[in-house]
Amino acid sequence: MTNWIERNIKWIYTMPAVLFVGIMMVFPVGYTLWLSFHDWDMSNVSPPLWVGLDNYLTLFQDEVFTQALWLTFYFTIVAVVIETVLGILLALLMNQHIVGKGLVKTLFLLPMVATPVAVGLVWILIYEPNIGIANIFLQAIGIAPQEWLASPEMVMPSLIVIDVWEWTPMIALIVLAGLVSLPKDPYEAAIVDGANRLQTFWNITLPLLKPTIYSAVLLRLIDALKTFDIIYATTQGGPGTSSQTLNIYGYVLGFQYFKIGQASALLMIFFAIVLGLSVLVIAVRKKAGVSM
Amino acid sequence: MNEEKKASIFTHLLVYLSLFLFVMPFLWMILASFKTQEQILNTSALLSFTPNFDNYVNVFTQYAFMDFIVNSFIVALGSTLLGLLLGLPAAYAIAKYKQQGMGLLILVARIVPGISFLIPWFIIFSKLEMIDTYTSLILSHMLVTMPFIIWVMIPFFEGLPHELEESARVDGCTTTGAFLRILLPISWPGIITASILAFIFSWNNFMFSLILAGEKTKTLPIAIFNFLSYSEINWGGLMAASVIITLPVLVIALVAQRYIIAGLTGGAVKG
Repeated sequence: MTNWIERNIKWIYTMPAVLFVGIMMVFPVGYTLWLSFHDWDMSNVSPPLWVGLDNYLTLFQDEVFTQALWLTFYFTIVAVVIETVLGILLALLMNQHIVGKGLVKTLFLLPMVATPVAVGLVWILIYEPNIGIANIFLQAIGIAPQEWLASPEMVMPSLIVIDVWEWTPMIALIVLAGLVSLPKDPYEAAIVDGANRLQTFWNITLPLLKPTIYSAVLLRLIDALKTFDIIYATTQGGPGTSSQTLNIYGYVLGFQYFKIGQASALLMIFFAIVLGLSVLVIAVRKKAGVSM
Repeated sequence: MNEEKKASIFTHLLVYLSLFLFVMPFLWMILASFKTQEQILNTSALLSFTPNFDNYVNVFTQYAFMDFIVNSFIVALGSTLLGLLLGLPAAYAIAKYKQQGMGLLILVARIVPGISFLIPWFIIFSKLEMIDTYTSLILSHMLVTMPFIIWVMIPFFEGLPHELEESARVDGCTTTGAFLRILLPISWPGIITASILAFIFSWNNFMFSLILAGEKTKTLPIAIFNFLSYSEINWGGLMAASVIITLPVLVIALVAQRYIIAGLTGGAVKG
């Protein structure tokens, strides 16, 4: 018996975890795929009806879906680009001698570990057109007050600000950890060669940091695509459909309109986008020689 | 004043200013939680007001807030402990026997959008009459905690010296004996990192609880989200509730910042 366990130990140790992922993830994704070829409103009376690719075809003619697709990429790309630039700058600042650095680092952790729904509620108050500090601040510097989350034009930029606030510190902390572990020799050589600070940064620091920055951005990119909590807690996709990303539209279709088939088709497309992008990203990383 | 000193003062100013911007929403939340509705609506007196604790008292007396705290705690603790139970042996085996396929499966579980499971979970848990039970909530949150724990622990186990295990085997330990008696006890920094973050992820989870929690098992994020649907928003109460839900996470972050930074940034710096 003991021998049998010893011989199969690697399967015995991984099996519970793998079974769990199989039951809770693989099977549900398969089920969603099956539902995406059916028409169903979640009722017990009428069972799912096979409709082939109809749900997918309906989606591609649905303007709200096209808009959701665009909003998802718009949100992700703009937010991650801003977070990366600000994060690197913040890391460079933090890499200097700073009084109270430990505490500063800890406080920078707060936005990303705080409960997103609670954070969302605070931002609703900050953005409140009449009593929020965002407009109080704008008025103080002589700019006209904005509608923020309540305006179809301003809602996406306002949400991006929240995301930037929440996640810039993560990029900064990852890049800072990378900066600390950089070798010293190239810098000494640069000083001997008389390079100035900007040249040193551009020619030495940035190339050495590339793998670290790359990893941080990829982590962020995949997570930003899936942003749900902040958006749903603050706008539920509104006003109208102006902040309905794929995630939110899928939820609305499924759990508010009970269009199970269509929601499932959307979720499969979303699933394929996220997975496809991740595979691409991992492949490119492998090629660049970065371990996961 | 020389150039270097000027630059250093400038750096400090920039760092503290950005720190203020990142901490400001929390200060705002705490400030508003001590104000009455009238004080919040009157923007002419932003900082001059007499703080009162009424909002905190009301949150506990008018709503079953203690129940929500207990619910959140049970689900977060349950999903973290069960995540460790399944995750630690798996991470160890994946690290030791280089089971890259398994590692990939876990990575996929971390990448896949959680919303892809919501509809099937809702249907299946409804059929099993398990909506609004701790079991369904803990199982769903485990899909967050367990892959995360494995993801943090694989590189940790890979980094442990082989000699330790070999000497245990020489002393007659089985693999399981060596794992339990030698490897787990020296792995506590990794286990703490993984557990703290897993707990926070479950505590913060909104999407899964949104469809699986009901009146009996409502967790804190769902409870405060529901406050929004009242016709007139009670800002002070809302902010007091937000402080209560955020406080445990902030305290954990302050006490265990080293572990959290390691967990959140782990893997990214190695290359």
